[in-house]
Amino acid sequence: MSLINWVYLSAILFSIGATTVLLRRNAIIVFMGVELMLNACNLAFVTFARIHGVIAGQVIALFVMLVAAAEVVVGLAIIVSIFRTRRSASVDAANLLKY
Amino acid sequence: MTPALAAGALLAATTDTGGAEAAFFWIVAPIMVIAALGLLFARKAVHAALSMALVMVLLGMVYLSQQAPFLGAVQVFVYTGAVMMLFLFVVMLIGVDSADSLTETIKGQRVAGVLLGLGLAVLLVAVIGSVTFPPAKGLTDVNAEPGNLTAMAGEIFGNFVWAFEVTSALLITAALAAMMLAHRERLTPRPSQRDLSLRRISQGPIKAPLPAPGVFARHNAVDTPALLPDGSPSELSVSRVLSVRGQMRADRGADVMALSRTLADPLGAEALDEEPAGVDPVTTQGVPAGGPEGDQP
Repeated sequence: MSLINWVYLSAILFSIGATTVLLRRNAIIVFMGVELMLNACNLAFVTFARIHGVIAGQVIALFVMLVAAAEVVVGLAIIVSIFRTRRSASVDAANLLKY
Repeated sequence: MTPALAAGALLAATTDTGGAEAAFFWIVAPIMVIAALGLLFARKAVHAALSMALVMVLLGMVYLSQQAPFLGAVQVFVYTGAVMMLFLFVVMLIGVDSADSLTETIKGQRVAGVLLGLGLAVLLVAVIGSVTFPPAKGLTDVNAEPGNLTAMAGEIFGNFVWAFEVTSALLITAALAAMMLAHRERLTPRPSQRDLSLRRISQGPIKAPLPAPGVFARHNAVDTPALLPDGSPSELSVSRVLSVRGQMRADRGADVMALSRTLADPLGAEALDEEPAGVDPVTTQGVPAGGPEGDQP
């Protein structure tokens, strides 16, 4: 088996995550789609690190995890505070900036 | 590591993967894709979060097999342990049953989204397929000589030291932002014990403490209402949760009937007419409209 199969898998996972962001309305699930995209990128980084024999890919994947963890904290806090004021976690409900 | 083993590992690393990893791939990859599709199709947010957790655990296993042992462990710790549990926590906080609305607010959004997603997948796969990659070098020698952790530490504190420094600023900012966003300013001062007591005297329907549950010498359970002097059960003595659930226990049939009538009509207006003879209507539990909850803030 070629190592490229892992890259294909990462591309498919990335597309599924992007489609989730486009289609779902629940803000939490949309956020999980973003996380899935980040994870797919990590898989590609790790695979390329192995293909090229350089450890830097794994280091960058570690940094991506770190940024994702910080992003999750802020994003979930935003979702909770929006839910507190609007009583809804739907991305359609937040339309105060519409007009 | 014996020389034969090292040579074999080197050979496996240079000529792509062995059969074991191929089997691993073909087992893990379909599960991961199906679980990721669960994110797309699950109706409830909890199911989506659980399938996402499955994807992340499997990704950790993949990292372990991809010669990234540290990253595999961190993936399981950080993503499955912290991030996904935070997601589940927020799902519980917001409400498990907050259903996704299925109406389209933008016309044709679903079709366009599916087309874009499929287009992205086709584009990525086509681009990957058209590229010729060099033969895989593998990280076996790097993981053996300085070791995986040592090599990563050398990179983090060498080439990536500036990114590492900036990361600390990012983490501090994120922590401050989360505190600011989750903080709720208290608009009114917190009521003190004196305020509560005054409110109870001035507004509460019942000034005295509520009667304790349990019938003397027969039961001592919280689901047994206390009996009033005329033998009728006192609804006030049982927790409101139990009476709402219909779990209040009453011994005699008349008690049950009287109780159900009182529960069905809290004002006791109709129950008074249908009381069996011998029961003093004055003591029948006509609970005030406010109920016992007005007493306990």
